[in-house]
Amino acid sequence: MYVYTDTDRKILGQRVAQFRNQTARFLKGELAPTEFLPLRLQNGLYIQRHAPMLRIAVPYGMLSSRQLRKLAHIARHYDKGYGHFTTRQNIQFNWPKLEEVPDILAELAEVEMHGNQTSGNCIRNVTSDQYAGVAVDEIIDPRPYCEIIRQWSTFHPEFAFLPRKFKIAVSGSAEDRAAVQVHDIGIELVKNAGGETGYRIYVGGGLGRTPYVGPVIREFLPEQHLLTYLEAILRVYNLLGRRDNKYKARIKILVKALGTEQFAARVEEEWSHLKDGPATLTAGEISRISQHFTAPPYQQLDAAAIDAQLASHASTDKAFANWLKRNVKPHKQTGYRIVVLSLKPTGVAPGDVTDKQLDAIADLADEYSFGEARATHSQNLVLADVDGNRLHELWQKLKALGFATPNIGTLTDMICCPGGDFCALANAKSIPVAEAIQRRFDDIDYLYDLGDLEVNISGCMNACGHHHVGHIGILGVDKKGAEFYQVSLGGHAGNDAAIGEILGPSFSQEQMPDVMAKILDLYVEKRIDGESFLDTYRRIGIDVFKERVYA
Amino acid sequence: MPEIIKHNSVTRDDWQVVTADTTAVPAGSNLLLPYPLWQQQRTALAGRSDIGIWFDSAELPSAEDTAAIQQLPLIAIHFPVFTDGRGFSIARLLRERFGYRGELRAIGYVLRDQLCFLKRCGVDSFVLPEGTNLQAALASLDDFTEYYQTSVDQPQPLFRRL
Repeated sequence: MYVYTDTDRKILGQRVAQFRNQTARFLKGELAPTEFLPLRLQNGLYIQRHAPMLRIAVPYGMLSSRQLRKLAHIARHYDKGYGHFTTRQNIQFNWPKLEEVPDILAELAEVEMHGNQTSGNCIRNVTSDQYAGVAVDEIIDPRPYCEIIRQWSTFHPEFAFLPRKFKIAVSGSAEDRAAVQVHDIGIELVKNAGGETGYRIYVGGGLGRTPYVGPVIREFLPEQHLLTYLEAILRVYNLLGRRDNKYKARIKILVKALGTEQFAARVEEEWSHLKDGPATLTAGEISRISQHFTAPPYQQLDAAAIDAQLASHASTDKAFANWLKRNVKPHKQTGYRIVVLSLKPTGVAPGDVTDKQLDAIADLADEYSFGEARATHSQNLVLADVDGNRLHELWQKLKALGFATPNIGTLTDMICCPGGDFCALANAKSIPVAEAIQRRFDDIDYLYDLGDLEVNISGCMNACGHHHVGHIGILGVDKKGAEFYQVSLGGHAGNDAAIGEILGPSFSQEQMPDVMAKILDLYVEKRIDGESFLDTYRRIGIDVFKERVYA
Repeated sequence: MPEIIKHNSVTRDDWQVVTADTTAVPAGSNLLLPYPLWQQQRTALAGRSDIGIWFDSAELPSAEDTAAIQQLPLIAIHFPVFTDGRGFSIARLLRERFGYRGELRAIGYVLRDQLCFLKRCGVDSFVLPEGTNLQAALASLDDFTEYYQTSVDQPQPLFRRL
């Protein structure tokens, strides 16, 4: 994991001092609320329905045990004892006091954390694959490039007041787990025919009010040109992106308006001035950053013995077998496994963790995963480097802590924004809908029979719950002051990304479990030979679902 | 004479901004003309060292004006509102692509909290909203003293200076 240099610490310290001054001036009335607004947002601070909300960056999802303990302390000392992991691999606290936020940020800086650029019209926290560095299908570890982008985008003087927020995701594996095609910029690390590292660049994807799958604007950008090319894209956007209407201000609207070719030509023109300039990456810099992401000291393990041991436990313990099947992923190092901690037990808001749980995860990370954990965009946590011999022992501890719900990738592992219970933007609540669905479909055998199924819930068009790319997407809408839910089908965020199609008129909260049941029953009837929900949907189309649901 | 921040200190300044709707060059000296007006009147104004120009946030300098722009004593960039960040890119373009070395000024609605980033983009004088405590605001020029990226004030990125 990246470790700060003295300069990184100095820059972060200056940011904390700057925000302390801004907060003090705001509280004294020297800085108008409208002027303080973008400044506090760029430090992660929202003013919410009940209280301020502070969003803390977890760069590309990586957390050390020391950072987890600090988050636990902040939850306990400054908040109501819990935090919420978001769909951008960040964590947010819902009850901090405005006047204490500078102190919270100072405490976070002690462990190299902050709320910088987690909100506002700037380059946001870069996201990536939660299995980076350990995935069996990885081509190139994306984390060094994420860190290079993090440093470049941190307090970039030219791009702090963009037309709108700007999100970058990086993927380095065969299967895209970072949803690069639905980001403002998606970067896919690739090798060319000559075996050289480079990037395929997608621009103008995004969710929200106008969802698009982003087009490729450059098939292969050589490795050293990453930052100059990003700078060219951002400058074109900063100068030409719409500023007259916030709903048309994202880069996707500019790309659509100009057309992909014209947009790409503008970027190339701008880049021609920047290419090979001082921001060109050096082999030394790539190597310096990469050294922070080398493999931990793995043991030589006996894979066959581990497989036998796990099979033996699984044969006598169905619950363990279920957990192995859903929550444990293969690892590129022989004998090791990736373990996903489910933050989606029924009855808990998806992504919520208590201070005690955060402390416990820190201890487990130290004991089982070289002191590191990861946050996922599906709002779970990961211990990425677990010795297969110790899985059964770890499972027992996770069960006791409530993290062993064997539902990863199933219907009840829903992505869900905080919704109308917390968020000032929401049209409708989302957590109670998720819970009602979890309660209705609580039979584990049925969930497993349904197989891989992504259900994503957003409380409004801003789409923090990524409803457009859920196999089943649920969107909270306001209908004459009442909360309703619009359903879409067939969305997907991976390599063959697609935006879901809207099923039809929206439903009340009470209707939602029945609507889900009708959709799922139809799928079970129509699927052929273990076909997934998404494949079935793609084969049979939306009309049969409409007929069934609105019959 | 109103006070502005220039070259890291508070100073008095008598440059006048000529508004965008003006169609003829007014009498007087030390005038900041709207870019389109200056483009029309350029030949007539040749040789005057008391004429500068200002860009609105939607205006970009044209490549054919490069040589003339380089001769100007003062260029201003107008921020209609402090959240309109186009001026940051315009500043860098003037410095890095048009080779402008004279005084570059931010005018309009600019916050003290933006001084450091504006300075990094090549701006060296600032007209802040009335009522701003300029002496206190000077401190914001150095909100940050170390940076990751290449910019006008530090063309080498941090990774080339390690």
